[in-house]
Amino acid sequence: MSGFKEFEGKAVAMNRANVDTDQIIPKQFLKRTEKTGFGKFLFYDWRYNPDGSENEEFELNRPENKGATILIANENFGCGSSREHAPWALLDYGFKVIIAPSFADIFYQNCLKNGMLPIPLKQAEVDYLLERAEKQPYYLHVDLEKQKVSDKEGFEAGFDIHPYWKKLLINGWDEIEITLQLKDKIEEFERTKDPYTIF
Amino acid sequence: MGKNIVDKIWERHVVHREEGKPDLLYVDLHLIHEVTSPQAFSGLRMKNRKVRRPDKTFATMDHNVPTINRNVVEDEVALNQMKTLEKNCAEFGIELAGIDSPYQGIVHVIGPELGLTQPGKIIVCGDSHTSTHGAFGALAFGIGTSEVEHVLATQTIWQTKPKTLKLEINGKLGPGVSAKDVILYILAKHGVNFGTGYVIEYCGEVVRNFSMEERMTICNMSIEGGARAGLVSPDEKTFEYLRGRKYAPKGEKFDKFVEYWKTLASDEDAEYDKVITVNAEEIAPMVSWGTNPSMTSPVDGSVPTLADCKTETERLSLKRALEYMGLKEGQKIEDIQIQHVFIGSCTNSRIEDIRAAAAIAKGRKVNPGVRAVVVPGSQQVKKQAEEEGLAKILIDAGFEWRDSGCSMCLSMNGDRVPSGEHCASTSNRNFEGRQGAGARTHLVSPAMAAAAAIYGRFVDIRKLTPVE
Repeated sequence: MSGFKEFEGKAVAMNRANVDTDQIIPKQFLKRTEKTGFGKFLFYDWRYNPDGSENEEFELNRPENKGATILIANENFGCGSSREHAPWALLDYGFKVIIAPSFADIFYQNCLKNGMLPIPLKQAEVDYLLERAEKQPYYLHVDLEKQKVSDKEGFEAGFDIHPYWKKLLINGWDEIEITLQLKDKIEEFERTKDPYTIF
Repeated sequence: MGKNIVDKIWERHVVHREEGKPDLLYVDLHLIHEVTSPQAFSGLRMKNRKVRRPDKTFATMDHNVPTINRNVVEDEVALNQMKTLEKNCAEFGIELAGIDSPYQGIVHVIGPELGLTQPGKIIVCGDSHTSTHGAFGALAFGIGTSEVEHVLATQTIWQTKPKTLKLEINGKLGPGVSAKDVILYILAKHGVNFGTGYVIEYCGEVVRNFSMEERMTICNMSIEGGARAGLVSPDEKTFEYLRGRKYAPKGEKFDKFVEYWKTLASDEDAEYDKVITVNAEEIAPMVSWGTNPSMTSPVDGSVPTLADCKTETERLSLKRALEYMGLKEGQKIEDIQIQHVFIGSCTNSRIEDIRAAAAIAKGRKVNPGVRAVVVPGSQQVKKQAEEEGLAKILIDAGFEWRDSGCSMCLSMNGDRVPSGEHCASTSNRNFEGRQGAGARTHLVSPAMAAAAAIYGRFVDIRKLTPVE
């Protein structure tokens, strides 16, 4: 996985709360055994009409919103199922950053593991961005090192991220490799602390 | 100051702790299924890694399996996913309750049933309803596929410690009010993200009086409130449930474990980051009317109106939900017509759920305008229900009686609700399209679902009298 330090991209608004992972990637597309190729199914039921044509009213289908790489949404984004197919679909579509007032816990973790950055901002900041991004073109700059989101018009907001996940993301490290370096400690735990060994 | 059960389990599982990092925790049980594991095994293969503890890993297939004509999987992509699981389990030495196994079933039903789920364990699975296993006093939560790969390779997981929420349910439940109604009531009152960042401990008189199966139902839907895990401190009921089960410790070892498990219950003076108290007397049988589980009303209530909304976001959500559900604001719940009934899912497909449905169905007939399907949570539950005569009661009443699986909870296997039609469902999610594109899901208890099947609309089961 390549590292994530700074990113600049077209930001689009999807003013919906509680966007669940069933909407992000409906279940009929979870049967594949690969991580790739989910982008065309992203937001499937919102994005396409029953006859397969594009639903022109859906936010991402507006001509001015095409080519976006930063998604701005409302609270509790990614709630519901643990399917990692959700971040895979968002990534494959082209999104690298998701901004929302809050994220579901499992979805948040799943994004980080795939080199995609979920950014929690204050409700008022998100409200501003949701409104501002209605007028395209609109670009945002994300600096993970400094934990800041900004535009060229003076908007600037800081965000939180755990220093460990930040380091992993910036360096694009393989977490399993890091853990395997602690193999001795895992063995020691199994030998001395696991009740299923010691009882 | 006392400790709560989450603190106790957490401290016992720390493999590595270092400033500036989450804790590295040991995983006691890793459950896997066909949908969220294939990419994890591919990852292992690519790096030439092994499964560290196949003996602490257990697999089943549930999401894609047919519940009728068991051995005919028409969808080739689904079949490939099931075959892939078989191949992965064989190659990495993992025990699998496959489609022909008498132990096959929904992963969150068979874990407890086989005694794999035990107090004090850290249990993970690539499935958000892993919170179900918390009913036994285990710390159990859903993970993504990258984390599945990590656990397969290392038997550990990096976790930042969640906050703790004590959810106390006091008083006594009225007749006809079930565990499902309790959790739906909590979601209706506190919303779909009150638990984000927390582990919920359910306590109070109602929870103590709950059977293990009822505890599983409330823990199961913790994730619907945003909490990755929900649990109940173990007690005698927990130990009695586990005694003699296939994978539970045996003989003297069992007694030794019971002594250990007893120490895990939260101390009387334990502290929590947040406390919520619920009065059981206020709870009625509940019915969801919208597109997330907090959009729920008592059966004798009605759908809210746009004027009831406090914020613009709320108004927008209500408008979208009513449009999707084909309902009018202020409409009475008892006026909602039902064309489908689904009794099943990891929330409500256990023997007590089937008994509750059969008690309503007994001597009655499914409404001619309704297709009603019962999908037991496991082949074991199916067998028991047949032995108890419950299957016969349901079949005689006009219900379809199926083999076990996730089925119409998420409709991956072909069992689905047609667009625009309403389904009374004992499952956990009423998201748009969950039971099929355009399908309109209403979450209810098994008894309420059975009653909806009989009447073709929602009825207040408190007003029904048994038929002899």
